[in-house]
Amino acid sequence: MTRAAKVGWSRIALIVGSVLLLEVLCRTKIINPLTMIPPSAMAVKLYEILASGQMTNDIIQTFSTVAIAFVFSVTVGLGIGALVHALPRVRRALDPLLASYYSIPFFVFYPLLIALFGLNTIPLIAIGVVFATAAMVISTLNGLDRVPRVLVKTAKIYRMSPLSTVMLLTLPSAAPYLFTGLKLALAYAFIGIIAGEFILSGGGLGFSIAYAYQNFDNDTMYALMMFVLVVVTVMNAILHMWEQRLLKRRARA
Amino acid sequence: MMRDGASGSAPATTDQDRRGAHAVLRGVTRVYPGAMAVHALGPVDLDIGHGEFLAVVGPSGCGKSTLLDVLAGLNPPTDGTITFEGNPVHGTVPDGVGVVFQEDASFPWLTVHDNVAFGLRRAGVDAAEIERRVTYAIGFMGLKDFTKAYPAQLSGGMRQRVCIARTLVMQPRLILLDEPFGALDQQTRLLMGDELLRLWRETNATVMLITHALDEAAMLSDRVGVMSARPGRFIDVLTTGWPRERDSRIVADSAFGTLTGKLWSLLRGESLKAIGSREGLTQRADT
Amino acid sequence: MSAQPAARSPFDSRILDSLIIVAVVVAGWQAVYAWVGDSAITSPIQTLRYAATLVTTQSFWTHVQATLVAFAYALVISIALGLALGLFLGLQRFAGDVGEPILVALYTIPKITLYPLVLLIFGLGISAKVAFGVMHGIIPIILFTLNAVKNINPVLLRTARVMRLSQWQTVRTVLMPAVMPEIITGIRVGFSLTLLGVLIGEMFASQRGLGFLIINGINLHNVRMTTAVILVVVVFAITANSLLLALDRRMRR
Repeated sequence: MTRAAKVGWSRIALIVGSVLLLEVLCRTKIINPLTMIPPSAMAVKLYEILASGQMTNDIIQTFSTVAIAFVFSVTVGLGIGALVHALPRVRRALDPLLASYYSIPFFVFYPLLIALFGLNTIPLIAIGVVFATAAMVISTLNGLDRVPRVLVKTAKIYRMSPLSTVMLLTLPSAAPYLFTGLKLALAYAFIGIIAGEFILSGGGLGFSIAYAYQNFDNDTMYALMMFVLVVVTVMNAILHMWEQRLLKRRARA
Repeated sequence: MMRDGASGSAPATTDQDRRGAHAVLRGVTRVYPGAMAVHALGPVDLDIGHGEFLAVVGPSGCGKSTLLDVLAGLNPPTDGTITFEGNPVHGTVPDGVGVVFQEDASFPWLTVHDNVAFGLRRAGVDAAEIERRVTYAIGFMGLKDFTKAYPAQLSGGMRQRVCIARTLVMQPRLILLDEPFGALDQQTRLLMGDELLRLWRETNATVMLITHALDEAAMLSDRVGVMSARPGRFIDVLTTGWPRERDSRIVADSAFGTLTGKLWSLLRGESLKAIGSREGLTQRADT
Repeated sequence: MSAQPAARSPFDSRILDSLIIVAVVVAGWQAVYAWVGDSAITSPIQTLRYAATLVTTQSFWTHVQATLVAFAYALVISIALGLALGLFLGLQRFAGDVGEPILVALYTIPKITLYPLVLLIFGLGISAKVAFGVMHGIIPIILFTLNAVKNINPVLLRTARVMRLSQWQTVRTVLMPAVMPEIITGIRVGFSLTLLGVLIGEMFASQRGLGFLIINGINLHNVRMTTAVILVVVVFAITANSLLLALDRRMRR
């Protein structure tokens, strides 16, 4: 077996083993049933919930909020990134800000946003955007930085217009890093929005989990937690594999 | 110019005192284990005489660096024996061996002074002696004005000089260099070669220099070992016959041209083989 | 790009640029206040005035202390455990290869979905806050340390072998100094995230601390309090991060 295969199988074994261990500990009541239910029970309850359609609205709400925030932050992030990259003085000024960006606990602004926009999805979208845009900006700057100067010189030799240069050379060259930005933006949008739904009411998956918790409905709570975990992990895994394929084509042997 | 067989005899001595070490390799092979085992080296037979300056040339991928690794004790041989000063060497670095690597191995977080003093401090040598040796080595390598500088502030050539100084202070009896001037431009290489010769004469150590540059091998060494394409074996060892007091101006000597020509005629065929076999290997890896 | 007067040092223009940014932010703040009014936010001046009085009250400092104590515990645990695990996974290649994608996946899931679990295990109070903090901060420290050790320049380790250093000597005198810059970056990121986790924990798992003050301010419609505490938190976060950034830069010489 090649080493890569060994690593892959070990990882699967580790994850499966941990879940099984959890299952056993719950079933034998070593873990207090009031604290946690077995993973199998979570899965069963999740199936029931999904089949009954009681969560469909919340699911749709969360996903659509995330989608809006994602699209917005990617476009705005790309634009800001490109703009800042072209203005070195602005970039120098913004660099410390960007570096400190994720040290600000944005959650503290939630209540403010609610006071500003009311108890609807706009504060949530806003938080998702605020979280995700910076990641996109940083990745865009990174990607544009790494376009080799010689590529730009080549474009000039071919007498390409600025637009062609960007579309045919700059973007493809920066693509892997832009893709990383996409990946991060999606992850951050999810984190920001589900956290927002959790802390403050307004519907959506995060809120449903908090609601179930407050009503001592552990079964529903864990089922939903599992749902979010699985969905986000699968999404990130797919994007990650895609990203690896993009990077591998570029890697020097 | 004499042409020796694979286990060449020690070069004609001068009346200089030879304090250097004597190392022997017999039937040394190195196979890298794995899904696709790589037979990197050997079998190799070589005698390295006390205090001689031996160069090793060969095509890319022939196992020159593996030879150095095995001799230094960084990797054990798969087969065969290595002896250094009469003691076997097998996977552990013996006392009295110094190595200068191709990549810059200076510690970026230490000044030039602390870099050079590093090995001595770890070995527990007393402070006064450390200062003495470090000052000498730094002066010898022409780094006196940069004692307090950090490697990041120095050029590539100077960083290599720091590495050489760091090796020098340990007073090794066998100095191994693996393409140490690879990253430098040709003119700097020629000057560094002169430094190396100065070092060799001063310390009376035995020196083995691995290089892909035929002119470097021809001008610096007492003997040049020529390796085949992978798996590397010595196809010939040429004696240069240069006097001990030599420097880079030897390039003007007609014997230099003849020697370099001879080296290339030996190597050219092997180099073509090396390029060909590398392509074959890439094809296999894709399937 | 405009030409710079020759006498200006880069340091001066950076300070000026930062001041400009601060001015822009404050102006934006004032504009938002003008738009929305007292019900949602207080103006910059009002906030500063209120914060000045707040800082003199005893109870404020009790809350600050609660936050700082929990934060200190969480940070120490995050750093100690994070470095240890990162070193181990970096040195043990196989374990590192197996574990790294799992850690990255854990990093991108909305940790807030695990909060009810933490609350069920730790109850309310300081241990939950510390757990939240560690949950957020430990993973980047592990990942940065892991990658730093994994990517250490191999020639440095070979040099240590040629010098016949023992394992312990190699780790202490070559490995650690070589990876220190990356570790400092990891700690900087971990610092911010640990603070975030503790604050979130306070927002709904505690009756003490700055996070509690914020959410309490919302519930009681005490806009001045909320805005002032948010200001304190943001200023602290940015200052601390800037200091760590400066340290980071100096380490990279």
